Amino acid sequence: MKLKQLESMLGQLQQFSNPKVELEQYPTGPHIASRMLYTAENSFGDVNNKIVVDFGCGCGTLGAAASLMGAEQVIGIDIDSESLEIASLNAEDLELDINFIQCDIRNLVWRGPIVDTAVMNPPFGTRTKGADMDFLSVALKIASRAVYSLHKTSTREHVKRAALRDFGASSAEVLCELRFDVPRLYKFHKKREMDIAVDLWRFAPKTNQGN
Amino acid sequence: MRLFTHNMLSSNIKGVANGFPLRIEAEQVLEKQVDFNPDFLRNLFPKLEWKALVDGARALGYAELPEAADSSMLESEEFLRKVHHALLELHLEEGALTCPETGRKFPVNKGIPNMLLHEDEETSLQLPGSLGSHMLVRITGKQ
Repeated sequence: MKLKQLESMLGQLQQFSNPKVELEQYPTGPHIASRMLYTAENSFGDVNNKIVVDFGCGCGTLGAAASLMGAEQVIGIDIDSESLEIASLNAEDLELDINFIQCDIRNLVWRGPIVDTAVMNPPFGTRTKGADMDFLSVALKIASRAVYSLHKTSTREHVKRAALRDFGASSAEVLCELRFDVPRLYKFHKKREMDIAVDLWRFAPKTNQGN
Repeated sequence: MRLFTHNMLSSNIKGVANGFPLRIEAEQVLEKQVDFNPDFLRNLFPKLEWKALVDGARALGYAELPEAADSSMLESEEFLRKVHHALLELHLEEGALTCPETGRKFPVNKGIPNMLLHEDEETSLQLPGSLGSHMLVRITGKQ
């Protein structure tokens, strides 16, 4: 699938109708989502025929992108039932077959090295401090090949140190810097639209059990 | 919920040592056809907990899987088709997953297991390091 085609399909997806500020529910735009999964497959071979998990899937954009890029099984996990409902409808609309679980990522207990790749647009941790690092820590334990994640560019050094030193990642690489458009979803946003610099990361877990 | 997912999910309640596998109580089971991909199954097979799959399939009304299985059986298409059906085509649509240790039930509605915990069931530990609070994650089984 071409990048443009992927981006335009993701553009059809329904986003949060009633976003919850405490969960930092910002939609992952089709521009960023398409680039994340396109790169994961075409530069690293981490998606096609693989088992991919979407952490904090929200409306399921990244999971849908993984499925469109040929993932054999996709599992979307989110704490919020409304999000999962929208994500299920989105999957149906695109005729994608995606598994969903309702769970707090920080409480996820998982057996075995079955998942190949984790993708996520974690809460940036501006409301709940360290939330993005909690997600990353869990993802690096569950994925056997790679973790793709977005983090604010301003936290780059911190993310790198935490991944390598505290979470046992064998590599942590910024693939590119992107602009994350945050529409004015919440009342506390003063500007009409905010533009945050975010890094697209690829992490490799400690024991690479990839195939 | 597919048995594929069930083969990974574990009870996440504080203090539970053996939270896998979750017992399945089925109220409604659906079958949805999926493309057969033998290479995917051969690759996945060594990572599966076979007994959990056999018991899970039985709970969903499918008793065709052998009690024991080894990699020599992966040559047989008949065997692979059974694994394919059990793992990927059966869905627990309505029912519950029960923690084997505490008996706590996690409901499954519209095919989605709800693993949310009550506050007093959560494990939260401070990990060392300068990052502040982190939840402890336990991964069971061989990593």
